[in-house]
Amino acid sequence: MIPTPDLSHLTRTDYEHVYEPAEDTFLLLDALEEDAQTLRDSKPHICLEIGSGSGCVSSFLGAILGPSNTLYLSTDINPHASRCTFLTGEKNKIPLNPITASLTQPLARRLSNAVDILLFNPPYVPTFEEEAAEAQHGAGLQGSWAGGSDGMRVTDVLLRQVKNLLSPNGRFYLVAVKQNNIPDIQKRMRDDGLQSEVVLQRRAGREHLFVLRFLR
Amino acid sequence: MVRLITHNLLACHVKRCTTNNFPLQLKDVQLALREAEFNADFLRGFMPRLEWTALVQAACQVGDDSLPLEAPEMVDDEFLKNLHHVLLEIHIEEGAMVCPNCQHVYPISNGIPNMLLAENEIG
Ligand SMILES: C[S@@+](CC[C@H](N)C(=O)[O-])C[C@H]1O[C@@H](n2cnc3c(N)ncnc32)[C@H](O)[C@@H]1O
Ligand SMILES: [Zn+2]
Repeated sequence: MIPTPDLSHLTRTDYEHVYEPAEDTFLLLDALEEDAQTLRDSKPHICLEIGSGSGCVSSFLGAILGPSNTLYLSTDINPHASRCTFLTGEKNKIPLNPITASLTQPLARRLSNAVDILLFNPPYVPTFEEEAAEAQHGAGLQGSWAGGSDGMRVTDVLLRQVKNLLSPNGRFYLVAVKQNNIPDIQKRMRDDGLQSEVVLQRRAGREHLFVLRFLR
Repeated sequence: MVRLITHNLLACHVKRCTTNNFPLQLKDVQLALREAEFNADFLRGFMPRLEWTALVQAACQVGDDSLPLEAPEMVDDEFLKNLHHVLLEIHIEEGAMVCPNCQHVYPISNGIPNMLLAENEIG
């Protein structure tokens, strides 16, 4: 059992600005825990979490892999999230390196074929397109869930980059909901040469959540 | 925290700024030194991922000249200790990173780099 990261330093006020870990977060943790030994054996050098929010997932990955074996990079468009990610890393003694940025923008040039573990629990909730555009612009709490007409507005941009990001034995874990059209995601990624599997799924309230794992 | 290991991976991504957009120049930096766990295997494994010249240049900008100008073929303990310190123990707390090509300024505050661009600057 890998303990859930200690988040006791985060307060109600933090969660007014930053996504509070919820069922989707915990499903991703469970998927990583199931793969813990494989993840360790793959000896990753670079892990990158997109949309790190509270920092819960990266800290958990750090608990699996250890504080000094891997570089933990993360991005989030929300500056409060970067701050929380940093603090959560400190609290859990994992050196996290949060960057305030959209998706992989400032890293793409240097991380070509270099990311060993890529993680994204995206804003996946179907909304009006304008709502998602506004949320991306505002970079606040709304940006943690508003995903546009099929909930794929933000995820789609990353999906097109995955092939170029992953190292030769890199892997990518993605959280999605049913409305995101999982078979279509898998097909598009297969066209990019990436095989995938649904590694976990769970119903939580109105959401039917999935974790997909893509391998090069 | 912006350490030189992260700095070595960041490039300017302003629209149409595609050449000479790396490495970002460090400006008005305030530093803090914090000890990190030494891990020789990690350092060895990470070396191929580094842009060596950029690292040496950034190290000089923060006042550390312990690294050789060319990455050595044989790495010994002393070299690894220096590399460890340069990559992982020097923290840039405040300051900015400036694009050598388009001069865009990316601020660093409380140890976190802000790489966001305005809508019209995105490539
Ligand atoms: C569902 S939350 C997940 C947060 C955290 N990883 C977790 O699992 O609890 C989605 C996160 O993605 C961030 N986000 C939204 N759009 C983004 C973008 N374009 N680039 C980077 N992060 C983004 C949000 O700010 C939010 O923190
Ligand atoms: Zn530039």
